[in-house]
Amino acid sequence: MIERLAANARVVVALGARSVTQTARRPQLAAPLLIFPTALLAIQTGGAGRAVDLPGFPQVESFLAFMLAGAMVQGSLLAGNSGGIALALDMEMGFTDRLWVAPISRFGVVLGRLAGTAMLGAFIALWFIVLGLVFGVGFQEGVLGVIWVVVLVAASAVAFGGIGAAIALKSGRASVVQGLFPLIFVILFLSTAFFPASLMLEPAASVAEYNPLSFIVEGIREPIVAEFETTDQLKAIASVIGVGLFGILLSAAALRGRARRGG
Amino acid sequence: MRRHLLLPPSVRADLETVRALVRRAMNEITRVPGAAIPGVLAPTIFFLGLTSVFGNLTLLPGFDSESYQSFLVPVSLMQGAAFTGAATGVNLARDIEQGWFDRLLSSPAPRPVLLAGLVLSASLRALIPAAFLLIVAFAIGAHWPGLLGLLIALAVVMGMAVVAATWGTSLALRFRSQSAAPLMQVGMLLLVLMTTAYAPLELLTGWLQEVARINPVTQVVETARQGFVGPVTWADTWPGLVALAGLAILFTFAALRGMRRMTY
Repeated sequence: MIERLAANARVVVALGARSVTQTARRPQLAAPLLIFPTALLAIQTGGAGRAVDLPGFPQVESFLAFMLAGAMVQGSLLAGNSGGIALALDMEMGFTDRLWVAPISRFGVVLGRLAGTAMLGAFIALWFIVLGLVFGVGFQEGVLGVIWVVVLVAASAVAFGGIGAAIALKSGRASVVQGLFPLIFVILFLSTAFFPASLMLEPAASVAEYNPLSFIVEGIREPIVAEFETTDQLKAIASVIGVGLFGILLSAAALRGRARRGG
Repeated sequence: MRRHLLLPPSVRADLETVRALVRRAMNEITRVPGAAIPGVLAPTIFFLGLTSVFGNLTLLPGFDSESYQSFLVPVSLMQGAAFTGAATGVNLARDIEQGWFDRLLSSPAPRPVLLAGLVLSASLRALIPAAFLLIVAFAIGAHWPGLLGLLIALAVVMGMAVVAATWGTSLALRFRSQSAAPLMQVGMLLLVLMTTAYAPLELLTGWLQEVARINPVTQVVETARQGFVGPVTWADTWPGLVALAGLAILFTFAALRGMRRMTY
């Protein structure tokens, strides 16, 4: 039992390392994950920066400080989607076929890809933290807050990656996973990633109030702009776990379906 | 028929080539509609999302429109045009990869005629996301810009698609690979967003205000926007048209240079 677990752990580590190496070797695939959220952050900060003067806008050091969490979550969503695309490409090229016939757990193959996504999520978090520090954002919860932000962004990338992996396993086509790109923005716009829910227009404001993505964003935002609140952090953790479980269940179902079809 | 007889045979042949290339581009929409759907939906998704999120920016003192939908419509129209134009570059890169473009180059058709076919098809295709967006925008309360305002906005959409198509084409001819697609799309998107996209110039902050001031696309956006937020005037029209013409000439030169350098 322990031996089998250790073997699967080695598979996860090896596939995770492969996933990271793959990203490093093809920076043109990873660049949009950073460039797009960074460009949008810069433009929205300059374009809507005066929003902090609106009555009812939360007390924040700057609009950039408020927006950082949104950019990180956007990056983690894109990282999850990109992990799904990479898994689908592996399937299209026949790489996963070789893994399916190997004496390893099928779920280990998916976890390996998600391990790479976690690393990518952590890198995205660090990128935006450095960017924030360079442009004068003071992290209110200090080093502990920074570490917590990295953990939460990496965990949410894994959670979103689970959904991306499930769609990749179900469809087996990279173009299908890539087609989720517009959907990512729908989910983002219906959350508090870019603006407080109280200042958004209806019906988006009501949806944002209950969108699990909003809880994750607020959990990441809190240590940047304020002090830790246990309730908010518990909501963020529960949302990450909920989204993650949803992705795992979908992936497991897709794997079972694929095994039944002999894929 | 009589009009055709008045044209020299070489010009007639060129027009036929342009027509054939435009028809081919249109066939792609009818034969592979799934490929066109993201390009049609994306500007509308951004429009709906951004109005929901930033709609209350109109409450800021100095915001010159009471309706954020009306303020944002032209930006989303430009986005749609930019995506469509960039898609022309991506399609050309695919044709180069698959060797189809080599066959075009070896034909007796002059290279500017080939470029004209690509660019004209982009400007026509850009009307599809624009029409979809306008229907949604009017349905959720964007102001009717008047017939003249609407025609100016649509002309600007077609012009912006020409700019984006020549940009995409010049990149496709340089990199000769679909992997340059993000550069084509993101380059144009940034050009459109680094304008008065989110708020009037006076309300922009920091670097964006400076960039928007000198970005020629700001004039283009303002020209398309005028009918949606106020009266249509010549003073608000000509700067955008000049900016569009300047950008189109610049990128057309780049694309033609790339075509001349292309060997088969």
